[in-house]
Amino acid sequence: MIDAPTAHSVERVHDVCRRFGPDRENLIPALQEVQETEGFLSPDAVDVIADYFGLSANNVYGVATFYAQFRYHPPGRHCLKICQGTACHVQGSGVLLDAAERTLGIRSGETTEDGEFGLEELACLGSCALAPAVVLDGVVHARQTPKKLNALLEKARS
Amino acid sequence: MNLFTIREKARAAWAAFALPGQPRVLVGAATCGRAAGALEVKEALKKALGEHGLAESVPVFEVGCNGLCYAEPLVEVTGRDGRRVLYRNVDARIATRLVETHLVKGEPFMKRALCVVEGNPMEGLPKWAELPMIRPQERIVTRNLGFIDPDELLHYVNRGGYTGLERSLALGPEGTIEEVTRSGLRGRGGAGFPTGLKWGFARKTEAAPKYVICNADEGDPGAFMDRSVLEGDPHAMLEGLLIAGYAIGASVGYIYIRSEYPLAVTRLAQAIEDLRAYGLVGEDILGSGFSFEIKIKKGAGAFVCGEETALMASIEGHRGMPRAKPPFPAVSGLFAKPTNINNVETLAAVSAILEKGADWYAGFGTEKSRGTKTFSLAGQIQRTGLIEVPMGIPLRTIIDDIGGGVEKGKACKAVQTGGPSGGCIPGKLLDLPVDYEHLAEAGSIMGSGGMVVMDEDTCMVKVARYFLSFTESESCGKCTPCRMGTQHLLRLLDTILAGEAPPGTLEQLRGICETMKCSSLCGLGQTAPNPVLTTLRYFEDEYSHYLAGEVRRYRIEAEACEGCRACAIACPTGAITGDRKQPHIIDQDACILCGVCLQSCRFNAVSFVFEEKAAR
Ligand SMILES: Cc1cc2nc3c(=O)[nH]c(=O)nc-3n(C[C@H](O)[C@H](O)[C@H](O)COP(=O)(O)O)c2cc1C
Ligand code: SF4
Ligand code: SF4
Ligand code: FES
Ligand code: FES
Repeated sequence: MIDAPTAHSVERVHDVCRRFGPDRENLIPALQEVQETEGFLSPDAVDVIADYFGLSANNVYGVATFYAQFRYHPPGRHCLKICQGTACHVQGSGVLLDAAERTLGIRSGETTEDGEFGLEELACLGSCALAPAVVLDGVVHARQTPKKLNALLEKARS
Repeated sequence: MNLFTIREKARAAWAAFALPGQPRVLVGAATCGRAAGALEVKEALKKALGEHGLAESVPVFEVGCNGLCYAEPLVEVTGRDGRRVLYRNVDARIATRLVETHLVKGEPFMKRALCVVEGNPMEGLPKWAELPMIRPQERIVTRNLGFIDPDELLHYVNRGGYTGLERSLALGPEGTIEEVTRSGLRGRGGAGFPTGLKWGFARKTEAAPKYVICNADEGDPGAFMDRSVLEGDPHAMLEGLLIAGYAIGASVGYIYIRSEYPLAVTRLAQAIEDLRAYGLVGEDILGSGFSFEIKIKKGAGAFVCGEETALMASIEGHRGMPRAKPPFPAVSGLFAKPTNINNVETLAAVSAILEKGADWYAGFGTEKSRGTKTFSLAGQIQRTGLIEVPMGIPLRTIIDDIGGGVEKGKACKAVQTGGPSGGCIPGKLLDLPVDYEHLAEAGSIMGSGGMVVMDEDTCMVKVARYFLSFTESESCGKCTPCRMGTQHLLRLLDTILAGEAPPGTLEQLRGICETMKCSSLCGLGQTAPNPVLTTLRYFEDEYSHYLAGEVRRYRIEAEACEGCRACAIACPTGAITGDRKQPHIIDQDACILCGVCLQSCRFNAVSFVFEEKAAR
């Protein structure tokens, strides 16, 4: 589980920033790294980043919110992403999303109340030949059906 | 290090990898191979080899995507007789059998054998080049995929790699540009601009530093050519990037790659490290005086960042919004310096062109569309995969011969090319030659190479809606025609699909499309209407049903139903009931017309008719 923002995490964000020079060119890579280590971009993290790059927090949010990759809330312990790209779409990825939403009792973009699962949509991960595809905790699973997906979720939960 | 020494080392490395008479196993372990279980297969192979005391004598290597993606996980086994046999759909259990039969007993495991890749032919097994999926292909960009270890620079070198760079350095920048121009190569990122011409512009602008960028954003959802090349043969692109940098006089190259491709990023990072170790990036490359650095930038999930000016804004650390051109990047691009940007496939073709010559390359394809094009063949087709074909090949050859026709024996309703910027080519136009001109005539575009096949049951209005929902959410919002246009189109398509569109809706649709095409700032908005326009052009009758207040109603054919329950499990409202192995029925009152049952039935038992919406 990701810690609430603490002095500790602020220090970590600092460390990440220092690995990059404070040039504007490094802003997005730094945001990506921070999200990688912290799980999401907390207001504290954004303040630290803004400070480091000599920008306002608004500037940083302005850039971050343009890109779909960035999150502003803690993610679930497990992250399920369901591809909604064209190839997956014609092979029934809508059915998968629907099934996952029903199984988890949340909508896409949300996290379950117990913090176990986060559900996201994705526009193609390049496994189109084996559509429909999902990514569970960074591992791609191909040729999914609602049944297989539920089994995956079951396994992740235990 | 000079190329002579590198080649010596390469020969030694190749000998260790492909020693004649040396048994070995190759596992296709690109992203989609892994998704199908390639890594578990690799473990199972190693375990089985260990149990038979072969762990030392039979090495197992990971290779990239050979393009037969439908048959993954793919494993190639070389026995003691030197015959290389490719196996399809291997799982952990089959992996053990492969070791027992092919490597221990010395007999190929025929049940899963697909073809003989190399070596003595075998009764009942075709050769690689004779496979229906491979025969019509011409592999230039994909020349090494599945045949080398992508993490081995030396393998690439041994197959002719970096000869192109060497030749380019000998030709000089002008000579290199001349060579690329003569090859007739056009940009493979979508727009098809002549590559040599573009390089010439960037060369002529006097300023320092200059930049080259490799566009590896591959935003078309349903396309994976660039991913496969970068995962399976990163040096093919990197050599092209070096050549481009040398030709225009750049000192830094950026690779902008989408973050959804972590394996490709890892492979690239390794490849660049190796280049440095062999002195192929850095100061004074091969003693030519040419110095060049390569940096990787990961995208952050925005389709519009594939557009060149947006991409540059993103590298600079800004919101990835396009800007008006001119000035063109060749004059003022990244950090306001002259910049040349090319797609992955374009650059991977460049390295082959410099190696083998412009005339050789120009010998493939048609007069105006030279060379080859890769496509990712996906959707409702028997054999999905990564293919590379000469320009001008009939679409039918791709769908029927290479792809083996539509799944479940259905007819082909449409082939979507060019992704959200492209269009749907109807099944009746399958004889269309695939090149820039003919695809544009048909209302679609070549695009970057996504090719999604749709079967006879596909609702084309829903397809148009799907693409609009994509472009609507990906529109950056900078210019009004695109921001508002995509929203309006999406809303109109929704009213149409609900069977509630007022008269005049089609005219309104067409009007908005026209406005967007001629007044949007960037390619996203200018091409977003294409899916709507092509479906209107070829499938207006489907729109007409909805406009007449009709909707699709789904039925289950009792005789055809096997009672497998797949549809009942998939139906979001539980409208489908029936006992196992008994015909199922749909409760029309509970049905929300989503069509999921049609998609989930493997026995063609679900069909639909258009019916007045009110009539139940
Ligand atoms: C909305 C939009 C998205 C694009 N996405 C890509 C992409 O993902 N990959 C790519 O190579 N080119 C993409 N392009 C085309 C690039 O702007 C540019 O033309 C191309 O990278 C030039 O390289 P080429 O000459 O080698 O084709 C896109 C264009 C637009 C308008
Ligand atoms: S056409 Fe669309 S994506 Fe392009 S600049 Fe305009 S709003 Fe942005
Ligand atoms: S999926 Fe097809 S075969 Fe299976 S129960 Fe439904 S209609 Fe019958
Ligand atoms: S469309 Fe889903 S992986 Fe490409
Ligand atoms: S064969 Fe593996 S990605 Fe295509």
